[in-house]
Amino acid sequence: MAKKTDGVQLTLGPVAYHWSEAKKRDFYARIADEAPIGTVYLGEVICSKRAPFFERAMPAVIDRLKRGGKRVVLSTLAEVVLPRERKATAALCRQEDFEIEINNAAGLYARSGKPHRIGPFMNAYNEATIAWMGSQGATHVCLPPELPGASFGAAAAAASAAGLETEAQVFGRAPLAVSARCYHARAHERHKDNCQFVCENDPDGMPLTTLEGERFLRINGIQTQSETYLCLAGEVPDIIAMGIRHLRLLPQDVDMVAVARTFHALACGALEPMAALDRIGELCAGTRMSNGFFHRAAGERYIAPEARTRVLV
Amino acid sequence: MTLAELVCPAGTPAALKNAVDAGADAVYCGFRNATNARNFPGLNFSPDEMEASVAYAHSKNAKVLMTLNTYPPAGEEALWREAADMGVRFGVNAFIVADMGVARYIAETYPDARLHLSVQAAASSPEAIRYYCENFGVKRVVLPRILTIPEIRAIRAEIPCEIETFIFGNHGLMVEGRCSLTNYATGLSTNLDGVCSPPAQVDYRRQAGNCVSSCLAGHVIDRFRDGEMAGYPTICKGRYTAPHRPEGYYAFEEPVSLNLAHMLPQLIEAGVHAFKIEGRQRSKSYVRAVVSAFRQAIDDIAAGGAADLDHLVSLTEGRKQTQGAFATKKWR
Repeated sequence: MAKKTDGVQLTLGPVAYHWSEAKKRDFYARIADEAPIGTVYLGEVICSKRAPFFERAMPAVIDRLKRGGKRVVLSTLAEVVLPRERKATAALCRQEDFEIEINNAAGLYARSGKPHRIGPFMNAYNEATIAWMGSQGATHVCLPPELPGASFGAAAAAASAAGLETEAQVFGRAPLAVSARCYHARAHERHKDNCQFVCENDPDGMPLTTLEGERFLRINGIQTQSETYLCLAGEVPDIIAMGIRHLRLLPQDVDMVAVARTFHALACGALEPMAALDRIGELCAGTRMSNGFFHRAAGERYIAPEARTRVLV
Repeated sequence: MTLAELVCPAGTPAALKNAVDAGADAVYCGFRNATNARNFPGLNFSPDEMEASVAYAHSKNAKVLMTLNTYPPAGEEALWREAADMGVRFGVNAFIVADMGVARYIAETYPDARLHLSVQAAASSPEAIRYYCENFGVKRVVLPRILTIPEIRAIRAEIPCEIETFIFGNHGLMVEGRCSLTNYATGLSTNLDGVCSPPAQVDYRRQAGNCVSSCLAGHVIDRFRDGEMAGYPTICKGRYTAPHRPEGYYAFEEPVSLNLAHMLPQLIEAGVHAFKIEGRQRSKSYVRAVVSAFRQAIDDIAAGGAADLDHLVSLTEGRKQTQGAFATKKWR
């Protein structure tokens, strides 16, 4: 009999931040060689101005990841407005060499009918939307991070019926909003067009603190993220039981190889959920964990097991 | 010059009547539940109210655009379908939709129904807009408030549907339909529950030094001196500190209202078919005043005259006004 964890794999979402080329090369080299991750999503999802910095290094990074046994998927921009963003999206969606994950309807338009994955920015919240996307060539869907866990099972079942695989984020700052405006530039009293790439100085996002001194949000260029790291270590067994086979880790400026090893042990049943949660907490010392979205509570909260109303499996 | 349609907010049956009587070409409104993006206590329409309001609007030659512009979570789609079924039965003139599944349901079940693409769908390029036109038969797109007038003109040339733009009211900073800031702080989602900064989780706290803090779910969003008007705590309008801004600053935007009154002729010339006024949460007297003023302005422009809209400043609650992204790319 097949074990319920058969076919479960970890994925690594795209780096949301403006890490330097050298930092990204080193990061992906370690991922390639040491991390128990099945699929790696690559590409600039947040800011089209940053994209050229990594393009030069991409072929070597892809090669390294493939040699490490990883499947490589290229991700498209979440926000597509300017001519260069439209061109970049169309070009990525028309190429045939790589699998792609689409994060904007402009990409769906360009891809029309050919196989692709649906990214977490696409608002695939429900059965009818997922079924529609499947009919248009989608093979794989990443659920929006704010979707409550009570909806995961129905979403995964609809995906499965339409021939799609399902993925959910289990680690990393929750993407909360995108804008046309760059808030990194604004903090430095600049505009987006003359930003001088100040976002490079914040490899884990720029903290926004309330006037009472409470850490609240993180700024990453045009994106706003959670201050907390979303961490569903305690929920992974339930998520797997609901038919979700791909567990997404978002790169943070911590030891991601160790994070991946912890989630891998958890997904295999070699580590208990609470032990995994403790281990993640140690690896990310100083950052609060949250799982509120999953439990249909405030996203920033961490709902302890004894306080949970059990989600349907 | 083609006359642009004036699309006005109706948070209640009384506001709908006021908007229609003040000269609205169309009103937009929704049911009293999660199926629309202004799901606040005391607002919106019961099925009976919707039916009667549609009849009233039609008797005055005004259209009713039904907001069905949130995203059903898996397992809960029935509520959205029932809302669409009722809207068809009551004879609404169009549905304003964001979710592909909802759009698909209406397009398949009611092929004659007219679909408008909500700003909540975040379609900000000709390709994204064409995707919805070609797949679901969308006839009009409500553009995100992030585009300059030259960009709107360029989009108009590349899409097969009408354009509606916001011209007055609250100024959203985030890409609509891609924002879960409220859910992060409160547990209620803008996309899934139709809620942004729910009033039940708002409080104003008196602090030492004659200050008042406006709070959402316990988080201080802004702080005001005694005598200053304390604004409503919306996360994207809040004041925070950052490593380079220890003094505290409006990290996303100053508290300003959108007012494109002086740009109406340029917007018409750029090919905008409909002007939208924000404010379903506003009182019926506010709605009447704003709708009357813009009706007059659009009629004046159509008659070849200049529109005087300076008195609308008094309706923006003493707030500073902005032309936002529409005037210059430097806004970004």
